[in-house]
Amino acid sequence: MKKLILACLTLFVVNVVNAQTGYQVGDLAADFNLKNVDGKNVSLANYKNAKGYIVVFTCNTCPVSKAYEARVEALNKLYAAKGYPVVAINTNDPVASPGDTYAKMQERAKEKNFSFAYLEDPDHINTKKYGAMRTPHVFVLQKTVKGNEVAYIGAIDNDQQEANDQRDNYVQNAVNQLLKGEKPTVVSTKAIGCTIKWKKEVSR
Amino acid sequence: MKKYIVTFLLVLAVNVVNAQVKLLTLSELEQRVAKGNDTTYVVNFWATWCGPCVEELPYFERLNVENKKKPFKVILMSLDFKSKLQKDVIPFVAKHQIKSEVYVVNESDQQKFIDRVDKNWSGALPATLIINTAKKVRSFHEKDFTYEELVKTISTLVKP
Repeated sequence: MKKLILACLTLFVVNVVNAQTGYQVGDLAADFNLKNVDGKNVSLANYKNAKGYIVVFTCNTCPVSKAYEARVEALNKLYAAKGYPVVAINTNDPVASPGDTYAKMQERAKEKNFSFAYLEDPDHINTKKYGAMRTPHVFVLQKTVKGNEVAYIGAIDNDQQEANDQRDNYVQNAVNQLLKGEKPTVVSTKAIGCTIKWKKEVSR
Repeated sequence: MKKYIVTFLLVLAVNVVNAQVKLLTLSELEQRVAKGNDTTYVVNFWATWCGPCVEELPYFERLNVENKKKPFKVILMSLDFKSKLQKDVIPFVAKHQIKSEVYVVNESDQQKFIDRVDKNWSGALPATLIINTAKKVRSFHEKDFTYEELVKTISTLVKP
């Protein structure tokens, strides 16, 4: 019986934690100040002409993230000038995932010629705050008088393998609508991704 | 010529461990599971590129062996790209001598697929679905398991 109660409590706690973590559409997202691959720190507030942001939680190592690298670059090329720059944040702990160290991030950015900021997130502070669950995981933010409002959460498109005839470019659609002064029709989507490589808890 | 030999060896290797990997849609999986009545199905969603998935695969393999005499079945549903079936999945299954049934998910729209598996699934791998149609069990877990956790979870859900 005790075991059952414990199991129930555990389930309960897990559910509560799941329900509480991260932003929902409509929430105001916090700014950050994180180190970019060029050594300089970047905050959302640095982008003076931005109307919003395409925040992409990603990493070096996840095959899904890699499959989307070119598409993330294309998003920045397409929307940075229109006021929606891409800001990429590496979710992974460099010890848990040795391919995701700061040096490897720099290498990757250089090799792939990233035109967007690629930031490290020590101790997963922003990954947790935003509630990124996997890589890649996109949060489109709209700059409003109240702050940076979350307008879309989810996948870049529904065509991970570039094989879906009915491709929906979720992020593009959302940003296009925001640029027209509309609210995005689709505000939340899902896709298969890699788990975030969390920092191992130090046992006491 | 070399190419043929390599192909031949590859085919041989694949046959030795009986690694048959086919594509499977979610509807096909559901039909299969519904027909199973009192069989407990442990459906693990994984991918060859997913580290924590690969780490827990031996536990699912062990489950299959330990429950051989029971109405029990492990099904490994790979979310590797369909185009990687020959190049990645089949060699992986052969190399690790996986005995459980392995399929590659045959769905082009992940958005619909993920929600159909479970509304609460974020899409992160690994994930596991435990189903017993006769006992009305359908329980979804977005996490990786240890062997002990798996055994415990299944025995709590599916009472003998």
